[in-house]
Amino acid sequence: MQLEYFQLIDRIVDLNIDDKTIVVEADVPQTNTIFEGHFPGHPIMPGVLLTEAMAQSSGWLLLGLMKFERMPFLAMIKEAKMRGFVNPGEVLTIDAKVEHEGSGFAVTSAQVRVGKELKCNAELTFRHIPFPHPDLRVHMDAMAKKIGFPLQALAHD
Amino acid sequence: MSSTFEQIANIIAETCDIPRDTIKPESHAIDDLGIDSLDFLDIAFAIDKAFGIKMPLEKWTQEVNDGKATTEQYFVLKNLADRIDELVAAKNAGTGTASGS
Repeated sequence: MQLEYFQLIDRIVDLNIDDKTIVVEADVPQTNTIFEGHFPGHPIMPGVLLTEAMAQSSGWLLLGLMKFERMPFLAMIKEAKMRGFVNPGEVLTIDAKVEHEGSGFAVTSAQVRVGKELKCNAELTFRHIPFPHPDLRVHMDAMAKKIGFPLQALAHD
Repeated sequence: MSSTFEQIANIIAETCDIPRDTIKPESHAIDDLGIDSLDFLDIAFAIDKAFGIKMPLEKWTQEVNDGKATTEQYFVLKNLADRIDELVAAKNAGTGTASGS
């Protein structure tokens, strides 16, 4: 997890194109300036970053379903529930599932767990468009490689 | 069973918090009801689910942008209801995808 670059996902554990699900992991850093302010004496992962982690997990799933031909952008967050504190050094397991594929948009549900404990969940809506700049596509390809995106999963159509 | 228009109007009222009695068959979703593109995504999600279809929003938008269609054809609610009925009929007839795109 590189919070300064908003790179919240470390590993893709499972991607199931047929079931339209993904499981990823993210290592919350032990130290970060964010924790100095959020909060002194009680450092916890901000809810907005947990929500972003769910969005990025969903985003990788949608990128896979769209074979990296279009880029999803977060458009709507519903029913986001922060159910428990996430502490520095913990490992997040994030599950996301596509609930609906519309025309130019998709809806996912996602949840974050630490161990077996559910920490937060939300329903997320994304607009998706063709990659707006070639640099973004290059970046996403590099990130996909870095987090172990199983490109072979896209080739089984 | 309620009409397609009634179902759409109820979805819009609930999704956008618009008084149901202000939503008429002649209402234009954008010009009269003030629904923006983000709210329309929410409406599209609800309509897709309710009718088991995939409204081809991108295709419709492209047609409007290309001057091949007017917004009234898709966003005046009685016309939207007709488009939905067509999509449902196509789905039930098994003629390709329900999305038309």
